[in-house]
Amino acid sequence: MNSHDIYLISPQIAMAVLAGLIVVIDLVVSDKRLVSAAAILGLAAPLLFTLILWFDAPDDNVGLFGAFVVDKFALFFQILFVGVAAMVFLASTKYQERFEGFRGEFVALMLFSLTGMMLLASARELITMYVALELTSLPAAALVAWLRDDRSSEAGLKFLLMSALSSALLLFGVVFIYGFTGSTFFSEIVTRIADMQATGVLSADEPFGSYALMFGVVLLMLGLAFKLSSVPSQMWVPDVYEGSPTPVAAFLSVASKAAGFAIVLRLIYAALPDPQVSMDTGNLFAVLAAVSMTVGNIAAIRQTNIKRLMGYSTIAQAGYIMVGVAAVAASAEGGGSSSGGPQGVLFYLMGYGFTNLAVFFAIIAITNRTGNDMISSFAGMAKRSPLFAGLLTIGLLSLLGFPPTVGFMGKAFIFSSAVNSGLLWLAVVGMVNSAASAFYYLRIVRTMYLDDADDDKKIGGDIPLTLATGLTATGVVVLGVAPWFLLKFAEIAVEGLAIR
Amino acid sequence: MFSGYLTIAVFLPIATALLIALMPRRDQWIRWTAIGATVVELVLTITIFIRYEIDKGGVQFVDLFGNWIPIEGFDARYLLGVDGLSAPLVLLTGILGAAAAFASWRIKHRVREYFIWLLILQSSVMGVFVSLDLLLFFIFWEIELIPMFMLISGWGTGRPRYSAMKFVIFTLAGSAFMLVAILALFMSGQIGTFAMVSIPEEGIVGIPEKMALATGLIAPTALIFAFFLIAFAVKLPVWPVHSWLPDAHTDAPTAVSVMLAGVLLKMGGYGLIRISAGFFMESPDFQIRDAGWILAIGAAISIVYGAVLTLRQTDLKRLIAYSSVSHMGFVMLGVAAVSATGSKTASGGLNGAALQMFTHGTITGLLFLLVGMTYERAHTRHIPDMGGLAPKMPLIATAFLVAGLASLGLPGLSGFAAEITVFLGTWDVWPIATGISAFGVVLAAAYILWMVQRVFFGPRPERFDDAEDATIVDLIPVVGLIAPIVIVGIWPAVITDTFEIGIKATLGL
Repeated sequence: MNSHDIYLISPQIAMAVLAGLIVVIDLVVSDKRLVSAAAILGLAAPLLFTLILWFDAPDDNVGLFGAFVVDKFALFFQILFVGVAAMVFLASTKYQERFEGFRGEFVALMLFSLTGMMLLASARELITMYVALELTSLPAAALVAWLRDDRSSEAGLKFLLMSALSSALLLFGVVFIYGFTGSTFFSEIVTRIADMQATGVLSADEPFGSYALMFGVVLLMLGLAFKLSSVPSQMWVPDVYEGSPTPVAAFLSVASKAAGFAIVLRLIYAALPDPQVSMDTGNLFAVLAAVSMTVGNIAAIRQTNIKRLMGYSTIAQAGYIMVGVAAVAASAEGGGSSSGGPQGVLFYLMGYGFTNLAVFFAIIAITNRTGNDMISSFAGMAKRSPLFAGLLTIGLLSLLGFPPTVGFMGKAFIFSSAVNSGLLWLAVVGMVNSAASAFYYLRIVRTMYLDDADDDKKIGGDIPLTLATGLTATGVVVLGVAPWFLLKFAEIAVEGLAIR
Repeated sequence: MFSGYLTIAVFLPIATALLIALMPRRDQWIRWTAIGATVVELVLTITIFIRYEIDKGGVQFVDLFGNWIPIEGFDARYLLGVDGLSAPLVLLTGILGAAAAFASWRIKHRVREYFIWLLILQSSVMGVFVSLDLLLFFIFWEIELIPMFMLISGWGTGRPRYSAMKFVIFTLAGSAFMLVAILALFMSGQIGTFAMVSIPEEGIVGIPEKMALATGLIAPTALIFAFFLIAFAVKLPVWPVHSWLPDAHTDAPTAVSVMLAGVLLKMGGYGLIRISAGFFMESPDFQIRDAGWILAIGAAISIVYGAVLTLRQTDLKRLIAYSSVSHMGFVMLGVAAVSATGSKTASGGLNGAALQMFTHGTITGLLFLLVGMTYERAHTRHIPDMGGLAPKMPLIATAFLVAGLASLGLPGLSGFAAEITVFLGTWDVWPIATGISAFGVVLAAAYILWMVQRVFFGPRPERFDDAEDATIVDLIPVVGLIAPIVIVGIWPAVITDTFEIGIKATLGL
């Protein structure tokens, strides 16, 4: 490890150091609000290093013996993670009061989990990927159980077990791929597969060219499905969202999912761009996407608890994003094509980040006062809290994919790349699902605007929470009306991905 | 180019809605502001209709603002304009918007929210008719759902929540297919534009012209056509996807029923002519004329089935709602004339379809308005409980009779002009379907006259003794809607001349 490696990994180091500092600060200061403030301000450090790397764009961007790459694709996600963390800390300033003596640890664990995500976005080697994944998941399991009541503990345990199970699947997949190609480095895997394709080791009749490779890729992707919260590893989502502290659910639903998609896209581009393998990966994702959307939407319809509903909603949303991934992988030119594909996924992920955070923050604001996660307790919220009801409506409409929000733009980009890749059927399934989701999203809107409240007390949020909700909701509308800035950003990020 | 008329027409209602949101909570002020805005809007749409130069034809009043998603190759423009096809529909939206605002006079519950949603609804419908960019068109098409959802579920009667959700899900499911079709068209290399028409002065080449040359679309042309057709068939609506309509109409508040029947259904017909016929007239691999039989069969079933169901209704509002299914079938039937080949011409049938949209808008709008008034006075919509209301409310009864006669196609009123044009235009092309559909007219006479007789004549139950007639405020929209019915009935050319020029251009004849 030389100084250049340290330069490349500086955002991750800054994040980890910040986490350590927070623990120390928590020991020293008595006013715990300072902890949140320090965390938010401290995020400037990893952000700064990320931005330096973005603008510097070093030519030699592979470090740590080839296990780690700093391209704009990774940096895009790092910016996303830092932004999500800042927003979640801002929004949960007041919520953290209920953790009493454990505020510093709460923030610190979240920062450690973020460090893992930032590493994951940069990983270009299978073991690094696995370690980064574990670093992401283990602190998250503790965070889920942070309320320390029955529900929360149960959720934490469930998260931990499911995480372990999917790690096992993932490792099994890694073993197959390593055994087949003889390397864990993405760049090596590419050349080995290309060689095998050239020498005829891979057969056109077998899926993925060879059954060994098929097992490897499928198990790997199923393990990652845990992070994406998609079928078949979706069972934990509603329980964990319901039981965990709401800011943690918000964090998991956005950052954790984005990290999962980052590594999936990287795998498709950097490790498995062989046309045949990529085509089959695309088909795998197409099927998973279709099932995820349908399962999420159907289950969401009957929910009465809003956090649980949001859990099923994120399963469906994972399905929509996977439509984009499937389109990228299945596009005729193989995974290496940069046109019309992954920037749609990146756009959607960022837009989804704004949207889901806005929704969760509004839920935090409202449930903080009502003390009740039932959708029925949102009745008459338009009167009790016009601001938060309005912001929540914007967020829900964006989840539904309604113009003029960013959700609509994102869906338009994703489904157009699906159509472009010849996955017309998937686009139709996706759009019909999206239509069906109106049922449960609009039901919340209707409850807030048309039902009478049993309590007329006004509800307001604390200033940081209001600020965070307002900022994210503004992003939803601004990016919906003027999507070019974000799309350009995503395009630049993707350019780096195609060059290996 | 930016003439500004249409941008104002689209955004005036929504701006008024914002103003109302900020106004003090005085119901009377809010009512007058909303009515004032819709009247200004009406004047504006009349101006646009009159100033549309038929001799010149083509797209006029263009508002163009380059790329609002400036990504390479994503050519989405803010492009508004009217041609002969949309100008009368813009006028229709203006008329019914004002009528709906007047008809909302008696709304007492949450007045402010109600008018805000109503105005947003008007903006979005206006946007659908004047957008000439497919993506913008789609956006307005979707936005319209939210105000409808809120208006039906918040101010409706009966089972409003069920009906509102059913309406939204049906329409969203339809438009889901439309979005995929739009993207499939756009993604096909040779199309690469969202412009729905060509505007030579602006250097815009629209999809219809590009379609004529396009080969190897991303999906089979027939599939893209089918996806569009699903969306429009749901909206129109046509059997077998009509079942949302009776529920939504019956449970919606009066003014919303007026808007729904009057303008929203016309979005389906408009899309059918502008997109289904316009894009697929000359497209390679597949032309709409090959699918004419589907349209003809769907239309014939809708007309007769709708009429038979109408006969059996005992709820006054539901009866009018089912009659809409039957009458909108004529729009589909007219469009089926696109299958014309050789010496036969398609434009007759399509002219009839377009005219039927306009006349059905005014006639059914008026009928719903009058049903609302009758309900307010009789406190029931159950037809067997009613009777003998005519002596108590002669003005309403007279207006009802006029609207009813227009609806059943009495010569001299606009319904006749529209239906006869459809029949004449389609007879050559689809004689059997047209013949079957003619029964719809007979049944219409039966259900309308029977209904008027049961409601307004015969013995009067005692509880109706103190029923009052319409007031001045009630009468303003009634007169405003009877006027176009009579004018178009006597002199259809006032509308059809404009439609004709637009349809000829759309079909490339």
